[in-house]
Amino acid sequence: MIETTVTILLLLMLGAVTIGIVRVRGLFAAVVLLGVYSFLMATLFVVLDAVDVAMTEAAVGAGVSTVFFLGALSLTDTVEAPGKRRQIMPLFVAVVTAGALLWGLSDLPEFGSPDQPIHRQGADYLVRSMPETGIANVVSAVLASYRGFDTLGETTVVFTAGMGILALLRRRRGEGKS
Amino acid sequence: MIAAALLAVLVAMALVVVRALRGPTTFDRLLAANSIGNGAILVLALFGFLTGRPEFLDLGLTYALLNYVGIFAVLKFFRHGSLGAEAEADGT
Repeated sequence: MIETTVTILLLLMLGAVTIGIVRVRGLFAAVVLLGVYSFLMATLFVVLDAVDVAMTEAAVGAGVSTVFFLGALSLTDTVEAPGKRRQIMPLFVAVVTAGALLWGLSDLPEFGSPDQPIHRQGADYLVRSMPETGIANVVSAVLASYRGFDTLGETTVVFTAGMGILALLRRRRGEGKS
Repeated sequence: MIAAALLAVLVAMALVVVRALRGPTTFDRLLAANSIGNGAILVLALFGFLTGRPEFLDLGLTYALLNYVGIFAVLKFFRHGSLGAEAEADGT
């Protein structure tokens, strides 16, 4: 009961802050509001019993992102150019995406129910992994064998990000010299 | 008792959110952001005791530290217009 109340209150505040972020024109104020959003979100995660996610959200969202945004602001301007005209297409895409997500939500198992697939399938990895894959470490077996493609995709993303950062840094340094 | 305190803190946070959204100057928003961070810590602590698991108080400490770092970075940006790049600016 009290949990529900807290969740609803936090969600209402989150909604209000989100609208504020969209509407505010000063980018500096937007950065501050993004920090507020992250703190509220992290609190919500704690209420939902996802303490580790809350920790990450607070560290990345409220801590590092704020500093990164400020660094970007010091390189650019602090005021967003006013939009010339209202565009319907982005709004349409956003509404359709939100509708699809809400529609998909209705198919999810009930929150906290023991019938969730995560509790029924794959709970026997400890028994299965050794005869099936021959890898002694269960974590390695799941990461490299059962979810091999997943891990390959993650590695590709990290690799691409590293390459991009390297390319950016190299160009900056070359400009400094010339 | 704890539930009442929790609700009171949440109502206070809602008021501060209003200030953060309307705040005429950026400093109002900044102070509101800091207060919301404090409110989040309080909610965390109260919720922990409410559900009988006060182990997550450590998380509150982390929030406090992050709040400090964030506000410090923002204020430094305000003072110098950049994130401590005076030495670089002199060098180039």
